Amino acid sequence: MQFMLLFSRQGKLRLQKWYVPLSDKEKKKITRELVQTVLARKPKMCSFLEWRDLKIVYKRYASLYFCCAIEDQDNELITLEIIHRYVELLDKYFGSVCELDIIFNFEKAYFILDEFLLGGEAQETSKKNVLKAIEQADLLQEVCCSLPSS
Amino acid sequence: MPAVSKGDGMRGLAVFISDIRNCKSKEAEIKRINKELANIRSKFKGDKALDGYSKKKYVCKLLFIFLLGHDIDFGHMEAVNLLSSNKYTEKQIGYLFISVLVNSNSELIRLINNGIKNDLSSRNPTFMCLALHCIANVGSREMAEAFAGEIPRILVAGDTMDSVKQSAALCLLRLYKTSPDLVLMGEWTSRVVHLLNDQHMGVVTAAISLITCLSQKNPDEFKTCVSLAVSRLSRIVSSASTDLQDYTYYFVPAPWLSCKLLRLLQCYPPPEDGAVKGRLVECLETILNKAQEPPKSKKVQHSNAKNAILFEAIALIIHYDSEPNLLVRACNQLGQFLQHRETNLRYLALESMCTLASSEFSHEAVKTHIETVINALKTERDVSVRQRAADLLYAMCDRSNAKQIVAEMLSYLETADYSIREEMVLKVAILAEKYAVDYSWYVDTILNLIRIAGDYVSEEVWYRVIQIVINRDDVQGYAAKTVFEALQAPACHENMVKVGGYILGEFGNLIAGDPRSSPLVQFNLLHSKFHLCSVPTRALLLSAYIKFINLFPETKSTIQEVLRSDSQIRNSDVELQQRAVEYLKLSSIASTDVLATVLEEMPPFPERESSILAKLKKKKGPGAVSSTEQEDGKREGGELNGGGERGADSTIAASNASTPSPSADLLGLRSSGPVSAAPPSAGSLLVDVFSEAGPAAPAAAVNDDGFLRDLEPPTESSDSLLAEGPGDSDSAPPSVVSEDPAPPMPQSDELLHKFVCKSNGVLFENQLLQIGVKSEYRQNLGRMYLFYGNKTSVQFVSFSTSVTYTGELQSQLNVQTKPVEPLVEGGAQVQQVINIECLTDFSDAPLLNIKFRYGGALQNLTLKLPVTVNKFFQPTEMVSHDFFQRWKQLSQPQQEAQKIFKASHGMDKEVLKGKLLGLGMALLENVDPNPENFVCAGVIQTKAQQVGCLLRLEPNAQAQSGEQMYRLTLRSSKDTVSKRLCDLLAEQF
Repeated sequence: MQFMLLFSRQGKLRLQKWYVPLSDKEKKKITRELVQTVLARKPKMCSFLEWRDLKIVYKRYASLYFCCAIEDQDNELITLEIIHRYVELLDKYFGSVCELDIIFNFEKAYFILDEFLLGGEAQETSKKNVLKAIEQADLLQEVCCSLPSS
Repeated sequence: MPAVSKGDGMRGLAVFISDIRNCKSKEAEIKRINKELANIRSKFKGDKALDGYSKKKYVCKLLFIFLLGHDIDFGHMEAVNLLSSNKYTEKQIGYLFISVLVNSNSELIRLINNGIKNDLSSRNPTFMCLALHCIANVGSREMAEAFAGEIPRILVAGDTMDSVKQSAALCLLRLYKTSPDLVLMGEWTSRVVHLLNDQHMGVVTAAISLITCLSQKNPDEFKTCVSLAVSRLSRIVSSASTDLQDYTYYFVPAPWLSCKLLRLLQCYPPPEDGAVKGRLVECLETILNKAQEPPKSKKVQHSNAKNAILFEAIALIIHYDSEPNLLVRACNQLGQFLQHRETNLRYLALESMCTLASSEFSHEAVKTHIETVINALKTERDVSVRQRAADLLYAMCDRSNAKQIVAEMLSYLETADYSIREEMVLKVAILAEKYAVDYSWYVDTILNLIRIAGDYVSEEVWYRVIQIVINRDDVQGYAAKTVFEALQAPACHENMVKVGGYILGEFGNLIAGDPRSSPLVQFNLLHSKFHLCSVPTRALLLSAYIKFINLFPETKSTIQEVLRSDSQIRNSDVELQQRAVEYLKLSSIASTDVLATVLEEMPPFPERESSILAKLKKKKGPGAVSSTEQEDGKREGGELNGGGERGADSTIAASNASTPSPSADLLGLRSSGPVSAAPPSAGSLLVDVFSEAGPAAPAAAVNDDGFLRDLEPPTESSDSLLAEGPGDSDSAPPSVVSEDPAPPMPQSDELLHKFVCKSNGVLFENQLLQIGVKSEYRQNLGRMYLFYGNKTSVQFVSFSTSVTYTGELQSQLNVQTKPVEPLVEGGAQVQQVINIECLTDFSDAPLLNIKFRYGGALQNLTLKLPVTVNKFFQPTEMVSHDFFQRWKQLSQPQQEAQKIFKASHGMDKEVLKGKLLGLGMALLENVDPNPENFVCAGVIQTKAQQVGCLLRLEPNAQAQSGEQMYRLTLRSSKDTVSKRLCDLLAEQF
């Protein structure tokens, strides 16, 4: 996967994760272009489209669009389920997640994504294991951890 | 699950986010952000050392601001400091900031690497994972240099926690992708491959991505992974849906891992070991079998996960391309999906079948679905699905079904989406050529293509049809006949004219026996298209004409006449002029023998790869053509162009040597002084064009236009300060202000232009005064009502207005004004009637001066009276044929005025139409072959004469510069009219 974008129906970007090095300018350009393209599509249309030399896989959940760019060889359907699993993770963590949770706790959304996907590939697909990792991190919250003296 | 408190203890952050969300406008948001940035900056710079919590909060705010799309240029140091915090959440935020915001050339990278190094060696798995995530997210070369040696060790060490292994594997993958030279697996290779056997499914899932990538680059070193992958896959495929516990997803065991295993196997040929291969074939069969079983869940997630594996298995079957049984089964399975109610599955099935079609084992099986695919092309509502259907039709096409498929694609082209037309055209052209049994079908197809989608037919396509016709003498007569018939259409695409010109020039003799297509008929037909064509096409037609002289000596005098006409031999385009001059000379000097040798029929072209095919290969998907590819395309086109026009061009090339530089040529033209001869004929032509007027008045003023201009009072150029802002002049003492009419206001031209296409509206307004206009025109007479409104509550005294028109205008217009009341009460409006008679055409506007006293101060302002020559237009309706005839008649260079300019008001069709109607001409529908263009006709009624005018406006929404451009052409029997109208109109669009 080359990048993942979350944006609202109004076109507001809520989360962006880039797995390839790109300049800020290029990122903004891509985002603008894709948000426009995806928002223009009708509900019954298929979830995949060709864009530049990449394949775009997107799905809408309530007010949020989840949009992934994958390479030619990658599997579209399994990418749709990557999106779904990420939504499930967010949902479980926040308790029926909504757009506001992601706005106000954006850092958590990034942490959860990092546990699930790393470098654009699935790192851990078990829901239990991902949430366990996040849970452990949350337990460390504000707890002093002494660094090993080296 | 931990209860998540909003903002996670960072109240300040939550408040800030709320504030931003409450901002009503972008400006308010920016203001709030700037305030916050200033606050954070001062906190970071302040003397007081910040505690970790505050630092974390501010860094988090900066991150939020950055993610909103604003630039952040500070805070990096504070983020780096957080890395060494002993509080987990502070460290975590520090890493997040760095992952999102740090670019690789940052000077901080050394400090960051230090932080990472500490965490990697901490032996605390949570910290190690954080550090690995950061490396994977940033993935810079500096990080690869620092850690590429360390991470493989962590990955394979026996005591590394599973979660750390997972992160290490993908971290290494990212580094390998950015700096493959720095990631050396060497001694670790076999241990990495054996991660496929790991107990922990998560470790396998992460490691396999790394292994796949490494296998693609070094297949031999990693080939032991094949048997491991097959046995892992076999275990998953045969497991019950509950065996894998949390790695089962909606009753599908380990779908992600299954897909990745199948993907890894696609890096290798089929396993050589019979047992391994047997086991794998069994797996693939099981996957195909499962597709036929009833679903275990109605959820779309279940079917998606199951079908993801199925499609990946089919991809592997196609990759092997060695198991006919599996290939046919795969094809049947995809055939079922073609009619599935899920759009996603139909899309993928079409896509996947495209690759199946190229396998010899499954090509026939794919072909059985032709009707379904044609139906998809016709009925799918989503253009991306239709695109796939078109691709599949192209892929499944062979000699047996070519006629059907080409016919379907052609009929689809008529309604196809613009985004895919060009590609469709290329595909039709290729199929028609590749599977042509008889070449008359090929010629028909390409001419249809030009007829249906001429704009999308690239140069390559029509060069190719000409190459093929030249090379195959069995089709030449048919081609000449067909193209002759196609040119009969009143509106032909320019590409049709090109093909027609070329083919008739070469093979017109093959149909000349029929009196209905005699040489002269052929020539007249071609020449009737000449004036609407672009310069390159005209050049091609001129070459066709000289070929005609050779083919049909009886056309010689007619064609020489055409070549000799001013519009050819004195054409402003150097290429056209040169061709006309040289062809004329060639035809009059050379003997028949020489002529026959020079203009001999084209020799056959050498066979080479179809240029169209090359072009399609480059076009990877719609809109994916990069700028370099486009350039390549052009270069290729240019090369072919040389080939395609060799016959005609070789004669030019030969004579080019003897021609001096083009500029010398032009000077020669000027010195021969042709211009003086032209105007009289222009005058008489007028009578022919609109056969209503009497003999044209001698166009006395015409030539001396420039001279008379100098006689005008030099008011326009005097940029007196007084002219600016007459509304403010009440501050000046009245005695100083001159009683003479003020020079026209600087904006008077702009105000005048506002009224070119409308007759009513507000002409002028300042704090004191508003001037409204209403006007009506009939024949050469006009009546204008001016309304002067006093916007103040104080009366205007000594109110007077005058219209002046000097110099040339005195002989062109007659304007009568009635005096107005000298007193205008506060809030009142007075009306003035102005009668205008147009004696002959004119270019300048009369000046309207208004003087009054307001509170003792003299107000003195001068505007241009909004009367322009187009006001005296009488619209003329005419049909296409008449229009072109007249257009041709007005083909002398001085009768035409043309401007190419940038659109300054967008290109809305209705707005354009409105403006053109307001201009006063008739807007002619169905005249121009290109429906995007506008053509208009009208007659300017003056007392002395009537001046017929034709207009053509060609919008180009995507000019090369990326700007919207117009080309505006005006032709009229009087050069001053063409020029004036052109100048006026260029300001309107």
